[in-house]
Amino acid sequence: MSERERLLLPIADDELVLGWRNSEWTGIAPFLEEDVAFSSIAQNEIGHARALYQLVADELGTTADELAFDRSPDDYQCSRLVQPRLVPDWARTIARHVLYEEADAKRLEELKASDDSEVAGLAAKIDREEAYHRMHAQMWRDRLADEPRFAEALEELRPLLDERGTAPEFAELWDEMTMVRRSVVGATW
Amino acid sequence: MIVYEVFRQERKGQPFAHAGSVGAPDAAFAEAYAREQYGRRGESVALWVVPRDSVMQIEEFVDELQRNYHRVDGYPLKEKLKEARERAGTAPPADR
Repeated sequence: MSERERLLLPIADDELVLGWRNSEWTGIAPFLEEDVAFSSIAQNEIGHARALYQLVADELGTTADELAFDRSPDDYQCSRLVQPRLVPDWARTIARHVLYEEADAKRLEELKASDDSEVAGLAAKIDREEAYHRMHAQMWRDRLADEPRFAEALEELRPLLDERGTAPEFAELWDEMTMVRRSVVGATW
Repeated sequence: MIVYEVFRQERKGQPFAHAGSVGAPDAAFAEAYAREQYGRRGESVALWVVPRDSVMQIEEFVDELQRNYHRVDGYPLKEKLKEARERAGTAPPADR
């Protein structure tokens, strides 16, 4: 397994799946401005996934789409944190967002110091958008600080962060996520 | 929810122009939403974000002096120019 594959694939899987889960709030977030902001964050995450898959794909001689959608569900290496469907629980959604952004910030710092200049460059670019995500997570954290449901959600979800590999609920997500792709086998879209 | 009016400056030195509004529970959220909607794509170099309640709106203007000759309406300059040109026999200048 190449260095990029080892390093970047789990991150790309995290970003893709979290982007997917966050996008489930589009149209139904607690209020409209938040809908716009959170949907934008979801879209950013999917954009980051695409760019990360692309770097791995360049090395493996495949495509970002194949890495994103054509692997078997057991091959995904995303954190357990990003997998559960949390709609309609906004407190847990924000708890996940806060936990993820905190961990992602540390990870990006390490990637920015990578010897692989393409990886370091991409990490720097991603980090510029993540600065906005962190600001968004922080303002919600401040707002929900005294909310018991939020504190409980942080406790409940924190242990999932470092568990990798797919949970039983992932099969359903994978099925939905790759449905269109599998609907016309061999299509080049 | 508080309504905040957002003004944006497109380039340094230019006047701020009204861009729209965002609804937010407090100033921190208003900042985030204003950045998201009016500042993230290089369309602004600066934003003013102001609670709508803080904007003083004035819309009734009393003509207290009743001196209509101070006002410029009622002088259709276009017509007068046309007449003057006809008298002088000159054509209007070509569009630049």
